[in-house]
Amino acid sequence: MKHLMTSRALLLASAIALAPAAYAETPADTLVVAAAIDDIISLDPAQSFEFSGNDVNNNTYDRLVDFDPLDLDKGFQPSLAESWEVAEDGLSITFTMREGVTFHSGNPVRAEDAAWSLQRAVKLDKTPAFILTQFGFTADNVEEKISFDGDKLTLTLDKPYAPSFVLNCLTANIASVVDKETVMSHAEGDDMGNTWLNTNEAGSGAFELAAWQPNQAVQFTAYEGYWQGAPEMKRVVVRNVAESSAQRLLLEKGDIDAARNLTPTDVDSLGDVDGLKIKDEPRGRILYMGLSQKDELLSNPAVVEAMKYLVDYQGITDSFLKGMFMTHQAFLPKGYLGALEDQPWTYDVAKAKQILTDAGIEGGTITTKVRDLREYVDVAQALQASMAEAGLTLNIEMMTGAQVLDAYRAREVPIFLGEWGPDYSDPNTNAATFAYNPDNSDEAMATGLLAWRNSYAVPEAMNEATVAATLEQDGDKRAQMYQDIQRQYQAEAPIVPLFQRIENTGLQENVQNWNSGGSVTSVIYRQVTKGE
Amino acid sequence: MAHSDSGGRSQSPPLSNADRRAARHRRLRNLSGTVLSLALTLLGLLLVTFIIGRVMPIDPVLKVVGDRATQAQYDAAYRAMGLDQPLYIQFAGYIRDVLSGDFGRSISTGQMVIDDIKRVFPATLELATLGTFIGVFVGVPLGVIAAARRGGLIDQIARVVALVGYSMPIFWLGLMGLLVFYGILGWVGGPGRQSIIYDGMVPSVTGLILVDSLLAGDWPAFKDAFSHIILPASLLGYFSLAYISRMTRSFMLEQLSAEYITTARVKGLSERAVIWRHAFRNIAIPLVTVIALSFGSLLEGSVLTEIIFSWPGLGQYITKSLLAGDMNAVLGGTIVVGTSFIALNLLSDLLYRVLDPRSK
Repeated sequence: MKHLMTSRALLLASAIALAPAAYAETPADTLVVAAAIDDIISLDPAQSFEFSGNDVNNNTYDRLVDFDPLDLDKGFQPSLAESWEVAEDGLSITFTMREGVTFHSGNPVRAEDAAWSLQRAVKLDKTPAFILTQFGFTADNVEEKISFDGDKLTLTLDKPYAPSFVLNCLTANIASVVDKETVMSHAEGDDMGNTWLNTNEAGSGAFELAAWQPNQAVQFTAYEGYWQGAPEMKRVVVRNVAESSAQRLLLEKGDIDAARNLTPTDVDSLGDVDGLKIKDEPRGRILYMGLSQKDELLSNPAVVEAMKYLVDYQGITDSFLKGMFMTHQAFLPKGYLGALEDQPWTYDVAKAKQILTDAGIEGGTITTKVRDLREYVDVAQALQASMAEAGLTLNIEMMTGAQVLDAYRAREVPIFLGEWGPDYSDPNTNAATFAYNPDNSDEAMATGLLAWRNSYAVPEAMNEATVAATLEQDGDKRAQMYQDIQRQYQAEAPIVPLFQRIENTGLQENVQNWNSGGSVTSVIYRQVTKGE
Repeated sequence: MAHSDSGGRSQSPPLSNADRRAARHRRLRNLSGTVLSLALTLLGLLLVTFIIGRVMPIDPVLKVVGDRATQAQYDAAYRAMGLDQPLYIQFAGYIRDVLSGDFGRSISTGQMVIDDIKRVFPATLELATLGTFIGVFVGVPLGVIAAARRGGLIDQIARVVALVGYSMPIFWLGLMGLLVFYGILGWVGGPGRQSIIYDGMVPSVTGLILVDSLLAGDWPAFKDAFSHIILPASLLGYFSLAYISRMTRSFMLEQLSAEYITTARVKGLSERAVIWRHAFRNIAIPLVTVIALSFGSLLEGSVLTEIIFSWPGLGQYITKSLLAGDMNAVLGGTIVVGTSFIALNLLSDLLYRVLDPRSK
């Protein structure tokens, strides 16, 4: 009976054993990136507020001021604005536009476009709008507060803010300059082109958006008319690859140039592979522990103090968070103006016990909700173990990120473990949420403030100091003010910054000048080159 | 049902014109009955999905406006999404839009649901079809041989193959497959539907890259797409193979122990003729059902396979949308999956008539 199947089996076998296709490296003028990009909802700079959306916009649009991808530490630099002048009274800033810059459509970039872009963002009032409206702009007054005349653009502020504060905010994605003519030709009703821009682009950046297939890929082509010179990479393809091990395989096979979501295990094993390298960059996200002051036990200052000594900072960053996070105990991330690198706490169970005994606390039980992300669950379990040693019982309920967020915004998470990412590159972005909470009542519904979510009544003096720091005209003094606030915060606040995120990018050896955006901005491709 | 039964039984006497008219009438009634039950099934499916989606403890508004939104922005989005309306009005509104061909906009991709589905469904269809082909062309012969040589070596091998297929976690097999066939041997393409150089090079007609590249006469693009699809398709094929081969074997065993087989053997027919021409023809009908069901379940999309192979298919799309509370997308996906199942059912019904000699 051997005649039963042979011919068909052979046919199938030959189909499976298809001649191996040849896989060479990626083309010399193409940058291929694997990343998890399924968080993109919108590509409209007035609306986009997700990491991957900002990664796209940072390359397709320019802003009045931008970061230098080869040296982020220089801070904001002239971009579409060639120069600016702050009025004596500090109440207005006038920008002079760079000449001869054109949008991808060929239209010239005018002060009118820049003014309209900012006005549009304020009027549309999508989530990131607060980055601009905090300077006193409203839908009603924005046309007079943001005005243009020839090549001059003037912002009129409601208070004499620190110029660095305003300019840092103008590096944010929401301040991207969009092509008014092109966008308005696609407007539907009074949406100012929002629907169209959600999936299209009208910028002047180094790259044009060639295609966006949600959950699949984003493709860019070089803008040959870019004012700083056309980028060397003529094509950038960002493929959605969610799995770290798949990213690693693609990198090892030479099918991609950069892998952005590698787990520490994969980073470790890639470190030894010839022809590949790992680039570490501190990012802006802070992993912190929020101790809700609604919880009876946690509202005791002694418990808050003890908790700071119950985190095994060294042990955690040497084991399961290795390469992903570094210990950082202040709310401004490294890389920010006024960042504080003091580390007042160490892992010390005996000390924690002593603090609790001195306060007459005999133990207690806390039940909290933790997002089902490996990093957070691991930290929670480490905390559970060390709290047990100090006589405190921690029960952990794991749930999805959306569920935890809902509960957190409703002030119902006793111990929150999670990350906060800065919204813009100015220290106020974190100070205003960690160290500012003017009304701690439930009715205030200040769901955006971390202090409110943890029911932390920020002392009046600290609220005032946070506001004062936004008005300080002198840069050095301003940095000093933030350091003072953070020291006081470390001494008394029930929100405890623990770690700062590090991003590891796996790269082919020949990829030069990769920049994920450090702690202050998003990824930038225009300076990337590929050697031999 | 009653109609077709009686129609089947009433035989021989020449049909009068009135009988023919009555028969046509019955067929029409049958057809409209099918369409009605189809519509009701879909409606019920949508209703259940809709309710589950709305009672889930996930806030779709937060997904849209993000964590940093002010209460005013949140409220504006809440109203814009129609969530302030009672559930039944929301549902009725949705059905009305669907009937006019508008599936709404997905909040997690920002695109029209219909466009999303046009993009993700072909990816799944291509994978599921190839997977089912592999499952059928390997699984059926394997099952037949296993039954014919019951207890023999091939039967034992088939048993092990099926057992492994049932019990191995797909993500493990997928990663191992990638590691071995892509990472080490380099026989197949990596994650994704195409290599990056072919991305967007083939004009999209059907959305099925294998078909599109053939239509365009682009042989290298076809080879590339095939080298990407073969591994995930084999993986899915393996799982349906495990099921199909076991079912085939048990169907065959039942037939082979029947008296007509003994008769055929006594008549001196070759074993090949006994197995393929007599026994196998009789299991064709239940087998079609098994294959259709397994194809249907592959059409839902296999989430883990899609994630491991970065395959932008329906499974990932629906799962991700569900987790984001993106009901337009979930309901759109549900319609596609539901319709596929119903269509497959109709198709296998049709095949019964072709395969069943009694229905001629």
